[in-house]
Amino acid sequence: MRRFAIPAVALAVAVALLALLAFGVAHQGTSSSIDASVASGHFPMAPDAHTQLPLLGASGTKSLANLRGKIVVLNVFASWCQPCVAEAPILEQEQRQLVKNNATVLGVTYLDNSGDSEQFVHQHGITYPVIRDVSGNFVKSFGTDGVPETFVINRQGRIVALRRYQLAGNWLQQTVSRVLAQSA
Amino acid sequence: MTRAVRQFAALVLLIAMTAGLEALAPATASAAPTPRASLTDIESDVMCTSCREPLEVAQSPQADSERAYIRGLIAQGENKQQILQNLVAQYGPSVLGKPPAHGFNLTVYILPPAMLIVGAAILFVTLPRWRRRTRAAAAQPAPDLKPLDPSEARRLDEDLARFGG
Repeated sequence: MRRFAIPAVALAVAVALLALLAFGVAHQGTSSSIDASVASGHFPMAPDAHTQLPLLGASGTKSLANLRGKIVVLNVFASWCQPCVAEAPILEQEQRQLVKNNATVLGVTYLDNSGDSEQFVHQHGITYPVIRDVSGNFVKSFGTDGVPETFVINRQGRIVALRRYQLAGNWLQQTVSRVLAQSA
Repeated sequence: MTRAVRQFAALVLLIAMTAGLEALAPATASAAPTPRASLTDIESDVMCTSCREPLEVAQSPQADSERAYIRGLIAQGENKQQILQNLVAQYGPSVLGKPPAHGFNLTVYILPPAMLIVGAAILFVTLPRWRRRTRAAAAQPAPDLKPLDPSEARRLDEDLARFGG
């Protein structure tokens, strides 16, 4: 019996380490469940809707729950990201239409410092509210792993469309028009 | 107490003392005047958060932005500790090369010394056993060999002679 004690302990340690590694890897990966749900037409509720995040360049906080009843275009960006620079005018142009329809763009800065983010907002004439996700936990709940990413959330708080790359063409305009028509 | 147990206890004590000295190091250092922060020094302790690489090797727009931000803080006269705190406030705890010691992150700090102790324990238990077995095998008398019969002995002599023995 004693002969097997040491190999058994070594095996148990090895199995425990492998389990730990699997756990760590599983919790590092990005979730694609939102993408799959949206693609299949089962629109999931926006996660972490009650998480209050600080407003950029202002005091106070804002959460998705504060915007319930509005259509929200959630855009995750960072000032150093070139595709974010490219899509900033598209988002600002859309915001001017959205405000007339009880809807808004909500910017979320991620992996960025507040000074650079504020400069970005100023340079691109952004008028929509921007919140800061310093820990990255809020955007990670959306499966976000990089910037830019955009989620369209309907008046019921469900994600109805998303883009995990730079906005181009008139995808945003068409998607928002469709959501507005559905909620009319 | 056997010799092996005493040796193992000494090793565990040595590891514990080393860990203790390491833990004391920052406290000792804080008593000395705070040195000026340098980008090179800070770069080795922080991560490029988007590329998940140490900042010192990262080449990306975010890494450049992070370096510029650190340079700005250095220019404002902040020391390394203040800069690290500032980076955490801006980019979150994932900016630190060494994760904060709580939750799942504790495994980073606990596992290596634990593995060292387990490995040392296994060696201290198994090595003396292997040595005893090897010595016991060497001390065994050689098995009785049958003497060569005359024809085999003659053949061996001939072969040895042929090959120069």
